[in-house]
Amino acid sequence: MNAATLFGICGAALAGLGLFGLITNSEPLRKILAFNLLGTGTFLIFGVVARRGAAAGLGGDPVPQALVITGIVVAFSATAMAVVLLLRLFEESGKATLDPNEADGASTAEDDS
Amino acid sequence: MSMANAFDVALVALLLAIAVWVVVARAAFSAIVVFIAYGLLVAIAWVRLFAVDVALTEAAIGSGLTGMLLLGAAARLRGTTASGRCGLTLRIVAAMFCAMISLGLGAVILTPPDVVVTLAPAAMANLPPSGLGNPVAGVLFVYRAFDTLLEKVVLLLALLGVWSLTPDRLWGGVPGPQVDAGPDGMLAFLAQLLPPLGIVVAVYMTWTGADHPGGAFQGGTVLAAMWIVVIIAGLQNAPSIDQRLVRFLVVVGPAIFLGIGLAGFALADGFLSYPAGYAKPLIIVVEVALTLSIGVTLGLVALGTPQRMRRQ
Amino acid sequence: MRLALDIFTALAVAGGAFFFLAGTVGLLRFPDTLTRLHALTKADNLGLGLVTLGLLPLVAWPLGALKLISVWLFVQLSGAIATQLIARLVRREDPQA
Repeated sequence: MNAATLFGICGAALAGLGLFGLITNSEPLRKILAFNLLGTGTFLIFGVVARRGAAAGLGGDPVPQALVITGIVVAFSATAMAVVLLLRLFEESGKATLDPNEADGASTAEDDS
Repeated sequence: MSMANAFDVALVALLLAIAVWVVVARAAFSAIVVFIAYGLLVAIAWVRLFAVDVALTEAAIGSGLTGMLLLGAAARLRGTTASGRCGLTLRIVAAMFCAMISLGLGAVILTPPDVVVTLAPAAMANLPPSGLGNPVAGVLFVYRAFDTLLEKVVLLLALLGVWSLTPDRLWGGVPGPQVDAGPDGMLAFLAQLLPPLGIVVAVYMTWTGADHPGGAFQGGTVLAAMWIVVIIAGLQNAPSIDQRLVRFLVVVGPAIFLGIGLAGFALADGFLSYPAGYAKPLIIVVEVALTLSIGVTLGLVALGTPQRMRRQ
Repeated sequence: MRLALDIFTALAVAGGAFFFLAGTVGLLRFPDTLTRLHALTKADNLGLGLVTLGLLPLVAWPLGALKLISVWLFVQLSGAIATQLIARLVRREDPQA
């Protein structure tokens, strides 16, 4: 098996791992981490498609590569929004979890109007 | 098995082991540090896949900026009690579901199509009129320029989203905590030595992106990183979010890109098409403006919502 | 000439790999933070330096060589800063360490 297929299988496994972490981790910050794992795994699968399209003297098809660059930037934007939402939730409610039954996690919650 | 194959197998094994570590680690801090190392290893995997532009972007944004963002969040969320771990049945069902998805994706990878559809010849054939030498830059700025414009708008929207979560009483304030690092501390030394070199590297990466791997996004990220180093060392204050200069710099990139795109209606074939012979200068103008905008936008997104008012 | 350069590359990269291994063993086996930092700096300075030295005959001269050396210098700078910060933090938290 050549390098591209090997990395493709790695990407598939990473996507599965990331999805598992997203479902089973209860802290939102860990869910965001697992979401990034899922993202990089999916991009590696794109990379395999690009590598298989090597032609015309290039190492890979440039169109999927450009799509992945766009995807990495968009994934970062989504992560930043998620992190800021989580921090705002923590400031407002004093706990960093989405579970409504969870007891209060840490210090005083701010009262914002 | 050749040397290259042995290296690939070792890299893949390391990647999977580190990914498992990220998912099962107890403390958020260690999980995030391992995630940063994971991002750098994925960048090496991208080089092995002959996609050097993507490797640069992954190392800069995917590993560096994301890791910094998550570390800051973990520091602020330190001390919150972890919710109870979810039950065993949910973990088993989730594991089976994720294994099915992985197997499905793996099956798709292992059955390549007989005829490989590739756009590489078309991309290379149409590259000379634009004056570019890097086909990925050609895709980003000539063939799929619409995607790049919208990607920049997505960054802008993320910044607006981050700013919109400001509490009302802190509107117009300064993001980031107050830094009391002394002017002769270690971080101050780094913040005086590194940014000049980093700016040269960023300009070089943007400039050489026309012919070699590089580009506006990679250079802009290094600019953002230098700015953040200066701010967290306490040598400069983060700008308050109502400063006109900051808002102008954030908008100038997409505005120039959009303007050149709309001018394509009058001067060339349509939206975002360049007039013949002027493609390279226009692309350079767009790339420079985008680098500046991306640097400022990424820095502001990484700094987060305002935490305090500017001292009057 | 080519053979001598290849042997030099192989020896230097092997030496660098040895120092990386030594640094990792030190990271895992040394008792506390300050000694572990000492082990890591060996990997940064000597390990990466030998690897860079070994790769110099393979790249275009002079610009490629300058890029490799500047990579080594950047890694040294960031490693030194990070080591100092961690060590000062350790010293502040536990003056007897």
